[in-house]
Amino acid sequence: MEFEAVIGLEVHAQLLTNTKIFCNCSTKFGNAPNENTCTVCLGLPGALPVLNKKVVDYAMMMALATECKIAPYSIFARKNYFYPDLPKGYQISQFELPIAEHGKVHIDLGDYKKTIGVTRIHMEEDAGKLVHDGVGSDPNSSYVDLNRACVPLIEIVSEPDMRTAQEAVAYLKKIRQVLVYLGVCDGNMDQGSLRCDANISIRPVGQVELGTRSEMKNMNSFKFIEKAIEYEIKRQIHVVKSGEEVVQETRQYDSHKDITLSLRSKEHAHDYRYFPDPDLVPLRIDDAWIEEMRSALCELPDAKVARFVEQYKIPEYDAEVLSSSRSLADYYEETVKHIDAPKAVSNWIMGDILRELKNDKLDINECPITPKMLADMIKLITDGTISSKIAKTVFEEMYTTKKAPKVIVEEKGLVQVTDTGAIEKMINEVIAANPGQLEQYRSGKDRLFGFFVGQVMKASRGKANPKIVNDILRDKLKG
Amino acid sequence: MSITKQEVQYVAKLARLYLDDDQAEVFTEQLDQILGYIDQLNEIDVQNVAATSQSIATENVLRDDVVDNTYDRELSLSNAPLKEDGFFKVPKVIE
Repeated sequence: MEFEAVIGLEVHAQLLTNTKIFCNCSTKFGNAPNENTCTVCLGLPGALPVLNKKVVDYAMMMALATECKIAPYSIFARKNYFYPDLPKGYQISQFELPIAEHGKVHIDLGDYKKTIGVTRIHMEEDAGKLVHDGVGSDPNSSYVDLNRACVPLIEIVSEPDMRTAQEAVAYLKKIRQVLVYLGVCDGNMDQGSLRCDANISIRPVGQVELGTRSEMKNMNSFKFIEKAIEYEIKRQIHVVKSGEEVVQETRQYDSHKDITLSLRSKEHAHDYRYFPDPDLVPLRIDDAWIEEMRSALCELPDAKVARFVEQYKIPEYDAEVLSSSRSLADYYEETVKHIDAPKAVSNWIMGDILRELKNDKLDINECPITPKMLADMIKLITDGTISSKIAKTVFEEMYTTKKAPKVIVEEKGLVQVTDTGAIEKMINEVIAANPGQLEQYRSGKDRLFGFFVGQVMKASRGKANPKIVNDILRDKLKG
Repeated sequence: MSITKQEVQYVAKLARLYLDDDQAEVFTEQLDQILGYIDQLNEIDVQNVAATSQSIATENVLRDDVVDNTYDRELSLSNAPLKEDGFFKVPKVIE
């Protein structure tokens, strides 16, 4: 029997607001423990939460960017459970009547494209952090830092529309890209600003009903998510083929062993006893507010890719790479503004620039080469001042010294030699120095042409214009 | 009875409360009375009344995203029975 996997993702994104969702405390990361706390986020009796408008704005922006329908009326609910990182004994979230529903996200797998449904987006508060190791004097204690308690999150829940680990990763990458484009989340998975849970089940191909699912937690990189889902699919198929049944449970991925493990403590089903939070009044969103947010949206990745292909006539692949982040796309467009050579600019950015930045773990914003410098360098190639080979040298020099390309070319004497007299002189010298090769060439060993070109380029220290060298050399070698 | 002793024990467990059998008996009886009292609301026809969890007809109470954290950390920690290095200290919890 053949099986297919059914995967749905729940993505938690921490919003880039200045203050927490229900109080005026700072959301700044890295402050001393419990420095960003007050009566509200400590959950002290009598303290009243007040909703941060920016959280609603950001949630609406993400909803619009994922083609969701924004609810004209939504409410907050209490999700009750006990854990030391949750001071109130409940998390304020949205349950019935979330802020947005029925959206979609388009993903591109290279060979095919697919649309993934977004079930809902809702707003909620984060919990605090429990520290077990490295602090305090007592190994039998846990230490609670509530700086993160009440920090705003949106949860984006997908439909179970994904069938492979690759589709799940493509979806998550797209969600992250859109969040970062909008500037509502920094997308940092290491620091937990973006977290992902996956619901996975399998069923025989052709069956409509869903199988029993397991929930995967603790996945903090694209690579781990892909591996964890792949492992989990294999595990479930193995369970079913051995005549057993998949049990509904939460599992955790162990990246060292590349397996998933049952989290026994969570085997009992949670009973969260959701009910509307009487401390928070309903949220009503009118069309004017929705339109205000719509006009605040930046150009989104899909639209940008389409525009780049149309406007700059570059391949879709180039457009996708260049649009992977807003800052990279801006860098590209700024460069193209200085020089009308869209494909050449794309090649330099996708090749040399991204390679160097990756090696140095730098963001495009930290690139030592400005768009103007890159454009000036490409200009030097197109106007024949330097060869593309020399350009590589100029590029490296520019990257390390941040000097203008013209300055580098002058200082290092890298100007391409286009003076036919000078080149001819060099050619004569090379031919004179290699009588043996000349004889062989003339007796039919055509391959040696390359040898002579190499010698001339070497003599000119790479500066001779290759086309002129070729033309004159071919003539001279004929004799 | 509108609530059973098993239900009382279940709710107690969710609330992390330990009740012995006698206590569960007492609370079942008391909760039953409370639920019976609340149940009187079911006699009213609310078919044409919108559901609400508010007693005041207010919507959209929002604040601007401006930091105003004048709370002192020592004050935050002042009621905690156990604390250390600026952390609240609790019995070890590892999931």
